Amino acid sequence: MSNWADICSIDEILPNMGRCALVDGEQVAIFRVKTIGQDIDDQFYAVNNFCPFSDANIISRGIVGSISDQVVVASPLYKQRFDLATGQCIEDESISLKTYPVRIAGDKIQLAA
Amino acid sequence: MSTVSNIVVIGNGPVGHKFLESLVESGKAADYNVVVFGEEPRPAYDRVHLTAWFETRDAADINMVKPGFYQDNGFVLHTHDKVVAIDRNKRTVTSEKGVTVAYDKIILATGSYPFVPPVPGHDRENVFVYRTIEDLEAITAAAEKGKTGAVIGGGLLGLEAAKALKDLDLQTHVVEFAPRLMAVQVDDGGGKMLRHKIEDLGVAVHTQKNTKSITDGESAVHKMSFADGEELEIDIIVFSAGIRPRDELAKSSDLAMGERGGIVINNSCQTSDDDIYAIGEVALWDNKIFGLIAPGNAMAQAACDHLTATGSSEFAGADMSTKLKLMGVDVASIGDAHGNTPDSRSYTYVNDRDEVYKKIVVSGDDKYLLGAVLIGDASEYGTLLQYMLNKMELPAEPEGMILPQTDGAATGLGVDALPDTAQLCSCLNVTKGDIVDAVACGATNMGDIKESTKAATGCGGCSALVTQVLNSELEKLGVEVNTDLCEHFAYTRQDLYNIIRVENIRTFDELLEKHGKGLGCEICKPTAGSLLASCWNDYILKDNLQSLQDTNDYFMGNMQKDGTYSVVPRVAGGEITPEKLIVLGEVAKEYDLYTKITGGQRIDLFGARSEQLPAIWKTLIDAGFETGHAYGKSLRTVKSCVGSTWCRYGVQDSMGMSLILENRYKGLRSPHKLKMAVSGCTRECAEAQSKDVGVIATENGWNMYVCGNGGMKPRHADLFASDLDDETLLKYIDRFFMFYVRTGDRLQRTSVWMDNMEGGLDYLKSVIIDDKLGVCAELEAEMEHVVDTYQCEWKTTIEDSEKVKRFEHFVNSDAVDDNVKFEREREQIRPVSKSIEFVEVS
Repeated sequence: MSNWADICSIDEILPNMGRCALVDGEQVAIFRVKTIGQDIDDQFYAVNNFCPFSDANIISRGIVGSISDQVVVASPLYKQRFDLATGQCIEDESISLKTYPVRIAGDKIQLAA
Repeated sequence: MSTVSNIVVIGNGPVGHKFLESLVESGKAADYNVVVFGEEPRPAYDRVHLTAWFETRDAADINMVKPGFYQDNGFVLHTHDKVVAIDRNKRTVTSEKGVTVAYDKIILATGSYPFVPPVPGHDRENVFVYRTIEDLEAITAAAEKGKTGAVIGGGLLGLEAAKALKDLDLQTHVVEFAPRLMAVQVDDGGGKMLRHKIEDLGVAVHTQKNTKSITDGESAVHKMSFADGEELEIDIIVFSAGIRPRDELAKSSDLAMGERGGIVINNSCQTSDDDIYAIGEVALWDNKIFGLIAPGNAMAQAACDHLTATGSSEFAGADMSTKLKLMGVDVASIGDAHGNTPDSRSYTYVNDRDEVYKKIVVSGDDKYLLGAVLIGDASEYGTLLQYMLNKMELPAEPEGMILPQTDGAATGLGVDALPDTAQLCSCLNVTKGDIVDAVACGATNMGDIKESTKAATGCGGCSALVTQVLNSELEKLGVEVNTDLCEHFAYTRQDLYNIIRVENIRTFDELLEKHGKGLGCEICKPTAGSLLASCWNDYILKDNLQSLQDTNDYFMGNMQKDGTYSVVPRVAGGEITPEKLIVLGEVAKEYDLYTKITGGQRIDLFGARSEQLPAIWKTLIDAGFETGHAYGKSLRTVKSCVGSTWCRYGVQDSMGMSLILENRYKGLRSPHKLKMAVSGCTRECAEAQSKDVGVIATENGWNMYVCGNGGMKPRHADLFASDLDDETLLKYIDRFFMFYVRTGDRLQRTSVWMDNMEGGLDYLKSVIIDDKLGVCAELEAEMEHVVDTYQCEWKTTIEDSEKVKRFEHFVNSDAVDDNVKFEREREQIRPVSKSIEFVEVS
């Protein structure tokens, strides 16, 4: 688990967007979240890229947003939302996405695989 | 005893038809054999809107009969066949063509005929009445050879007829026996103002003129000679001197009649023979004939309720108040318009600058409204009518009801004061109670109300009042009508549009920082993206805009169920060269894409993975294609027929016009997708009346239709303007689209936008055509900006290698998504069918 691997440089993911990475055969959606108007570092999240509602690898293409203080992504096909910190689906309690540790090292984004 | 009995309906006008509709609604139609006779060659049409025939010259536009209505309900209809005898002993009726049928019950709905005074010469050629489509056709034919026309009779119908003559480009005269126009409904002061306004429109008005004879003219077809010795040379004459009941059948079968005609009926609309009912303009109730549609409909309902024993409505007379637009002039008359009630008082407001006249008649103690006349501005009609009908106590100083408000406060009626029985919509008989019930059942906007109660779907005159009741009820129920876009913005889409414009906001970050909170979401981000594009038309994948776009806009293709995208290049007007068609085929073949022709006359290629898109589009763009915006809330296609270039029926170059339109409006971002079509003649092969904007060629130019819709809830487009030249057509469409972009709600199609618009089509016309809000120049300039800054988003994208990289599925690998799998069906790819697990439920 403590095996951190470089995925890409920070600049390859634009603020408030996601990209998909291939890590040991798994598709991982990585998101970079920037809070407008506040002087805090961008936050990074990583969840599984597979949308269980549509059976397609599309989570990284969802729109990032918030519900109160929760940071969420909306799946682009049927718009179910998932908490990026926990992977929990907002619309269906029984469904959640696997989450992955993610960190910044220098100008690289790293995932623990 | 037989359980099925025979109903014979004599007369197939609007009221006879209303009876048939009521019968179907009662659920009892199957219990009867129904035979209908109509004298005219076509089934029932909307005589109230007869003048609308001139807009399209197509009888189908005012047809009242839904397709299949007679067949589905087992009704037998004999058109062009008048009933000539009722045999009450044998209980049969016989028609002119010799059809004899037995009856158990008869509905007499023969209506009325136009009264033509026995003036010598009244039967000359080129002298007409104004009652049927055949009359209008004859007048139209005559107008082609004539220059001038006169209507004898300056009442309501006479002024309608005068409008028709004027629209036929005749120099038009109105000749009235009384000292003023609309003498029954309007007082002297109102009549004066009305005359003034009608004369302003170029119609000559002659009052106190008694026509003595019609003879050969010298400079025109006829010479009209008046009792005062004056003369008028004229080509065409239309009599509109009142109506008379068509009661000859009742006369010959010995039913009780009024002294001056009309068949006497009781509250259930039965005549002196219990088995014969009379309804509409032929019926005489309490010694009165009712020449309006609403009482006719009420009689039809009462007769149906009684005959089928399914309801208890009775005809109890009708209020004859009216509001209408005559030649563009608002005219309304309520109750005792002349102040004939003893001891009544009246208050009058006259404004010569704006040509407005308003009068109210109140009881001697100022407490109750008795009547009113409104000319030039009838906006208080609904409120005043409710005060009178419900005997509501007037505010102190009742003159305030018609005086202009200088402090901006709206007067009027607290709608809460209205009783539930108050009839708000007289066309469809909808009461305040019906609206209250609809709100209690979950209606939250005008669209819901129209759908569940049909209120405001007739003449639309009640829509302001219905809206007030709706809002008041919602408030009472504690339903806070939250129009906030989402939790991040306490604004409507329209508010945000204004903010973006006024504050010149160019990015979502700026909008969020100044006016919102949180991070935004999948609702406000695409909305803001669309608004920014409508206003400034920047490239949608600019770095500070791209995170706002839905995946469809981001990948500029529609995401399909398996995560792949479709590729739809623009094929403007559906016109394509063989060379380009071959390129499409080659691309489809190279990338093995599923290929289908769309309803919008272009070609859809399915199954492209995101990383394939840039290469596919590079090939297409090199071959001269551009993006088709099939993914955007924006203009999709302008469907077209080939038009006059090829088609033997075409009257204009619809193909050329569709290219102009598609190339002008392509790329325009809007609240929802937009579709257009252009047909080269009235055969309408391009189905323009199902589009947001439809254009249909006429011999003189283009007819413009708006707010049509296919889809889940189809809606026919409304005729917006007729016989436009190219320039005016574009001007109106520019204004129309930009007004929709400004005021539409998120994901609101133009059809729903129209259904929720207070004032409806007339209001929209006043904004777009008459520039009532003074915004037309702005709207045109805004559209001009969008047109001038058009770019093909795909072209810009493939020229930027950084952007192209982001189409790769993985940020860290060249691999492809192994979850995307196809199988083959009918020689093309399709996503693999997923096996579905069936779980036995015990």
